Amino acid sequence: MKLLTVSGSPHIHGGLSVEKVMWLVILAMGPAMLASFYFFGLGAIKVTMVAVLSAVLFEYLITKYIMKEKSQVGDGSAILTGILLAFNVPSTLPIWMIILGSLVAIGVAKMSFGGLGKNPFNPALVGRIFLLISFPVDMTSYPILDKVFPMVDASSGATPLAIVKEGLGKGESVTDLMAQIPSFTDMFIGMSGGSLGEVSAFLLLLGGLFLIYKKVITWHIPVSFIVSMVLFSGIFWLIDPEAYVNPLFHLITGGVMLGAFFMATDMVTSPMTAKGQLIFGAGIGILTIIIRVWGAYPEGVSFAILLMNAVVPHLNNAFKPTRFGKEIKNV
Amino acid sequence: MGLLTFRIGGIHPPENKLSKGMSIQGIEIPEQVVVPMNQNLGAPSHPIVKKGDEVKVGQLIAEAKGFIAANIHSPVSGKVFKVEPRLDSTGFRKESIIINVEGDEWADGIDNTDTLVKEIKLEAKEITDRIKQCGIVGLGGATFPSHVKYMVPEGKTPEFLIINAVECEPYLTSDHQLMLEKGDEIIVGIRIMMKALGTKKTIIGIENNKPDAIDSIRKLIGSDSDIIVEALKVQYPQGGEKQLIDALLKRQIPSGKLPLEVGCVVNNVGTAFAIYEAVQKNKPLIERIVTVTGFPVKNPSNYRVRIGIPISDLLEKANCDMEATGKIINGGPMMGKSIPSTEAAVTKGTSGVLAIRKEESKRAEVRNCIRCGKCTSVCPMGLEPHLLSIIARQGENEKCEQELIMDCIECGSCVYTCPSSRPLLDNIRLGKSNVSFMIRQRSVK
Repeated sequence: MKLLTVSGSPHIHGGLSVEKVMWLVILAMGPAMLASFYFFGLGAIKVTMVAVLSAVLFEYLITKYIMKEKSQVGDGSAILTGILLAFNVPSTLPIWMIILGSLVAIGVAKMSFGGLGKNPFNPALVGRIFLLISFPVDMTSYPILDKVFPMVDASSGATPLAIVKEGLGKGESVTDLMAQIPSFTDMFIGMSGGSLGEVSAFLLLLGGLFLIYKKVITWHIPVSFIVSMVLFSGIFWLIDPEAYVNPLFHLITGGVMLGAFFMATDMVTSPMTAKGQLIFGAGIGILTIIIRVWGAYPEGVSFAILLMNAVVPHLNNAFKPTRFGKEIKNV
Repeated sequence: MGLLTFRIGGIHPPENKLSKGMSIQGIEIPEQVVVPMNQNLGAPSHPIVKKGDEVKVGQLIAEAKGFIAANIHSPVSGKVFKVEPRLDSTGFRKESIIINVEGDEWADGIDNTDTLVKEIKLEAKEITDRIKQCGIVGLGGATFPSHVKYMVPEGKTPEFLIINAVECEPYLTSDHQLMLEKGDEIIVGIRIMMKALGTKKTIIGIENNKPDAIDSIRKLIGSDSDIIVEALKVQYPQGGEKQLIDALLKRQIPSGKLPLEVGCVVNNVGTAFAIYEAVQKNKPLIERIVTVTGFPVKNPSNYRVRIGIPISDLLEKANCDMEATGKIINGGPMMGKSIPSTEAAVTKGTSGVLAIRKEESKRAEVRNCIRCGKCTSVCPMGLEPHLLSIIARQGENEKCEQELIMDCIECGSCVYTCPSSRPLLDNIRLGKSNVSFMIRQRSVK
């Protein structure tokens, strides 16, 4: 007699897999990655390769020799973490620091919690913050872009955010400072100093829209992040435009696009319902501005995301989905 | 204006209606049929025949015992061979009446012709009695005894009769084909149901992937305004009665309540046809339309099948390549049950027989939950399958109840969409059975 497979329903599957999710995100980062190779040259390629290879290797070794489990390194999540880490560091960072950053990202932030899906904080961001705090000089020195890209003649080593932060601290006016940084259009397309993934806001935005179109992420986190950030910084700008910069400047500089579309939307470390995601995104937007304007660091996106990561379990408890027959009023 | 649909969750799996447009065919009656006693939701029926008894087609052979129960009639004429437990489609041995077929002789008083009888002679009470007598159950798959729905408490006359012609399960086409071929009978059936309920208005919900059925039913209704057809946006699980009422009327049944709570009674379109036959022709429920389909099936078809015929006969008739088949499903791919053996008989609840290719019959490897929230976003009841799955597995029954596990309609959308292929619904079913046990214990105390 022929033996049939017996299992509970449903008997068909939509075909989405962890691998597919990860590779779609990697694909979406492709254009911005290529742009970083173009702007920063070999340094960017070196950083990306070292970060990816070390992330994959650490995950493999840890699952095999410490956790003694079957390695799931083929799911692409370690590759993604590697790319994200590379996007978060300057192209001039020494190789050993990148490897150390990978170890912290994969070993401490991901595998020590049990691997994919169990980590409360975004691994790549933990890696970045570890490096930023440990090696502040190396992490904030950026190559002078005009060597590679002769059209740009500003941004000698510091990011526009750092120039503005320092200048405002010395009491310079916004108008004077704006003259020292590239134009908004240049910054939006990618012609300014910064980490690998900070340079092209435009291509990151494009990749983000691709992910929304592919239904890998939803609009809730990026939109609430960006809107709250613009509104919150807009209030101060309206009060005193010489002491506080234009919201648009905040929007296109630093890690906002990378954070909004690729870091904050990390499924593992963001809330699960639309309502929770809106609060989560808004929190990141406001915290980013607080850190940028009043904090010690010129850039606040990564700290803001990590702080909001910590709140995610509470958001999941507080914002349940709309239950059938409970909240929607009957006609 | 966009098409109507339900407001929470939902998915759109590939429709794969392979047997679309295939006219309903008869199928040869085998030498022996096996009629299981547990064909409906609720209590099993009690055999009233014994070995050696002569039976005719449509003769009562098992009686309903209990409130939610249904009569069973002989689907064939011949001699009772045995009354004993036989393997049924759930994989368990269940009490069954086995009949050796001799000829095809019908019991007295049954009109076995195709003549349309429009005039409804019976009164409301008589209609309900006839539905009960003829063993009619919901033919959408849940097999809830129909007469119970028509025993509406005094003063609670439903505002709407909803006819479920959604057929949202992929592959299945039996309701679709029935509407194309038996539209007149269905409309008389609906009028009978309206008379029994005292309801003045009926809405037939049909998904927009069946435009020919929508047109043909609308044409047959003509200028009457008390029955209307609503075209619905294709979205699974629209055939769930809660989802269907929400789609049609924007009313949501509160947790744990019945459709009557929002002024509705919902019946399947196949049930409307069965009720027509019972009331106008005095014909009990001894056959039904079954879609036999799937990629290994060479001739996907819609058959009119007597209850008790082995599923293997249907697969053979439709030319199913059993070598390429890994799984056989009783029903549709989303909510149907996989059967351990094709020896099992067709019952009142067999809306389809679906063969799944070998390579698609095993589940993918289970991965860690990546907390993507897709299960939550597609859940049509607004539940959190990832959470229910974990707490059900841990045996946290009180917490499961608080998180509304009993609201789960087991549509399977969460599992369909899960990128980590987690067995969410398996765990939730476990939790549901534990919670319902806990609730029963509580009422005992």
